[in-house]
Amino acid sequence: MADKKQDFIDQRLHDLNNDGVDRRGFLKCMAWAGTGLVWTLAGGVPVSRVFAKGAKKDGAKGGDFTFVQISDSHIGFDKPANPDVTATLQVAIDKINALPERPDFMIHTGDLSHLSKPTEFDTLDQALRGAAAKQIYFVPGEHDMLTDNGEQYLQRFGKGAKGTGWYSFDHKGVHFVGLVNVANLKAGGLGSLGHEQLEWLEDDLKGRSTSTPVVLFAHIPLWTIYPDWGWGTDDSEQALSYVKRFGSVTVLNGHIHQVMQKVEGKVSFHTAMSTAFPQPAPGKAPSAGPMKVPADQLKKVLGITDVNYQVSGKSLAVVDSSLDGSMSASSGE
Amino acid sequence: MQPLKVKQFADLKWNVAVLIVVTSVMILVSTISQAQHENSSSKPVGATTGTDAAAQVMIDNFVYSPVPLSVKVGTTVTWINHDDIPHTVDSTQGKFKSAALDTDDKFEFKFTEAGEYPFYCRIHPKMTGKVIVQP
Repeated sequence: MADKKQDFIDQRLHDLNNDGVDRRGFLKCMAWAGTGLVWTLAGGVPVSRVFAKGAKKDGAKGGDFTFVQISDSHIGFDKPANPDVTATLQVAIDKINALPERPDFMIHTGDLSHLSKPTEFDTLDQALRGAAAKQIYFVPGEHDMLTDNGEQYLQRFGKGAKGTGWYSFDHKGVHFVGLVNVANLKAGGLGSLGHEQLEWLEDDLKGRSTSTPVVLFAHIPLWTIYPDWGWGTDDSEQALSYVKRFGSVTVLNGHIHQVMQKVEGKVSFHTAMSTAFPQPAPGKAPSAGPMKVPADQLKKVLGITDVNYQVSGKSLAVVDSSLDGSMSASSGE
Repeated sequence: MQPLKVKQFADLKWNVAVLIVVTSVMILVSTISQAQHENSSSKPVGATTGTDAAAQVMIDNFVYSPVPLSVKVGTTVTWINHDDIPHTVDSTQGKFKSAALDTDDKFEFKFTEAGEYPFYCRIHPKMTGKVIVQP
């Protein structure tokens, strides 16, 4: 297991160093002993978006596509960490619109709003209308369900979804599943999918070919990052047991306002930066509250995630870029 | 003088009327007070009756404090959120449920029955607390 982890790190380093992109700055790898958490960070020139093995040789194939993940916009938040979250969301959208390849669609992994206020949802909606990618898939964060068990969210951003807002769709041979793990949370517990949704998920995946790449996305991480801060999902193990037979599974989450990655067998876990404010590394602060950084540093710790799918290797490469372009992190197989 | 006498008589009548009213009120008050006393005597009270007592639970760094909070019956508890992130106060028994409390927002609940009242934040369910209401 340890060797596999090391292999993965070495492979990432190799890919990062040999993709033909001039990259100044640093390249840093950090493994969290015991938990299998792996970070790969590359700094310097804005990173090329294609890291998947064999990508260059094969070139872009007809079915290749990219999509963008944004997360934790927290429209309505106005505290010192970031008094203008609408402005930074706009920077994120501008960045998406400037991507060399237009994404087929976007996903937003929750906490659209800060307090579930209609005006906050309005502002987010207005801002996202300016994005080049017109199709946006949402899942709710706990901040989107504060007032009415998420009814307002469902009406505006989850039309046609099941239960509290879960659904699936297919895009160019990839199966996407949006999950809700922020509803009906129990005292003392973590995120929760619940029995009904798990049954639906099992059924949704049943009969699909194991060669179908699967992308699961939800707000709270579907892997346990730091239970003391509620950074995990109580019944995620069961959900993951349904995807184990698939050859390529990518799990995209938000909630923790920072990039974290883990690879377990064929499953890659990944969390995205926020477009609003950063949060501290696990246990590195008294609480998970907003991390205050100097104003000129803010855009270094906010960002977007660009995911590139390549038919040739049936693989997804995930690239995180900070809003100011000073940092990119990549992962993928 | 006659007119004066008449006036005196009238005054007397008026005084009696006032006396009756005052007495009635006093009896009424006494009855209420008696009822209250009986009510509270069925649940022995300590130094304070608790009818207008107040206590606070602070929310700082995703933690309720103090936990548990012990109060007497009749105490109004106020939760105050000092974080930059909203929190809620939800009774796990469904006895009370706050709106999302933004920074410095407050939520109040008056505890009229003895017992234990666990609560949590429905946004951050790892946050839990308890109010112990003593008779």
